[in-house]
Amino acid sequence: MTGHDIKYDTGPDTGPDAGPNAVHDAGHDAGHHAVPVRTNMLVWAALMVLTAITVSVTSFDFGFLNVVVALTVATTKAGLVILWFMHLRYEGRVIRLMVFTAFFILAIAIGFTFFDVAYR
Amino acid sequence: MHEHRDYEGAKIGMWLFLFTEVLLFGGLFLLYAVYLHRYPAEFHAAGKDLSRIFGTANTIVLISSSLCMALAISALQRGKVLLSQRLVLLTVAMAGVFLVNKFFEWSAKIGHGIYPNSPGLLALPPGEMVFFNLYYLMTGLHGIHVIIGGAVLLYGWRLMRAGRVTPEHFVFLENGGLYWHLVDLVWIYLFPLFYLVV
Repeated sequence: MTGHDIKYDTGPDTGPDAGPNAVHDAGHDAGHHAVPVRTNMLVWAALMVLTAITVSVTSFDFGFLNVVVALTVATTKAGLVILWFMHLRYEGRVIRLMVFTAFFILAIAIGFTFFDVAYR
Repeated sequence: MHEHRDYEGAKIGMWLFLFTEVLLFGGLFLLYAVYLHRYPAEFHAAGKDLSRIFGTANTIVLISSSLCMALAISALQRGKVLLSQRLVLLTVAMAGVFLVNKFFEWSAKIGHGIYPNSPGLLALPPGEMVFFNLYYLMTGLHGIHVIIGGAVLLYGWRLMRAGRVTPEHFVFLENGGLYWHLVDLVWIYLFPLFYLVV
């Protein structure tokens, strides 16, 4: 049995002997889009601004709202990192659905725990 | 020898692993949230004892290292291998800066007699004790992830030098980058919850 027999099950051949289209196919197959430098810089700048906001907002006392603001800013930052730095924007449906499901389940875990804790 | 490659599968596998990390830290964040709910005043008092300067500096370092990693992947995709190698090394260097900062921060706390099971910690009110125990547990676990992430990226750099991570086949570096961004992601929540808790 050789490894050659199974390669047809898994999409375009991107091995060393795949010919001149290999690079293109590899890129196409895996959904690789090089994110422009400018985009990465803008995401970084947005993350810096949000960090400045979350630090400066602590000098005001909104009571309970401070935690809400801190978590909202953190979640916005997390979204930027996941969508652009982790390339989720550029991934196919399968990975996007997986990531959504995982965070949805985490939200259920946290939410349901608070139904318990908050009404004890 | 013909090497079998499956980029989609490799990335799905990496994401699945990252979900286990999310659940690992998610459980600890849940613990934090429940204790914050029970001891808001004590968490507020204890949070003031942490250095906001160190926390903010490390946030800037880690977010910038994530940028470097994202730029390294983009550079490699465009065929700029040398630039990509340098950006990966810069990312690893920033991981080092983060850990050095963390070392000084922990040293200062330990110097003040605040560390797990220390007499100074045991004398504190229960809420503050919980806060500092969670602080050491969560930043410590995160620190281990920084060390592992840095090592993985350094290995990716070696693979690039050896010509085994190339502009055509770079899924190892891409997955290493995903891990690194997750480390950044965890810190994005750790920072406001411990250093800015009000």
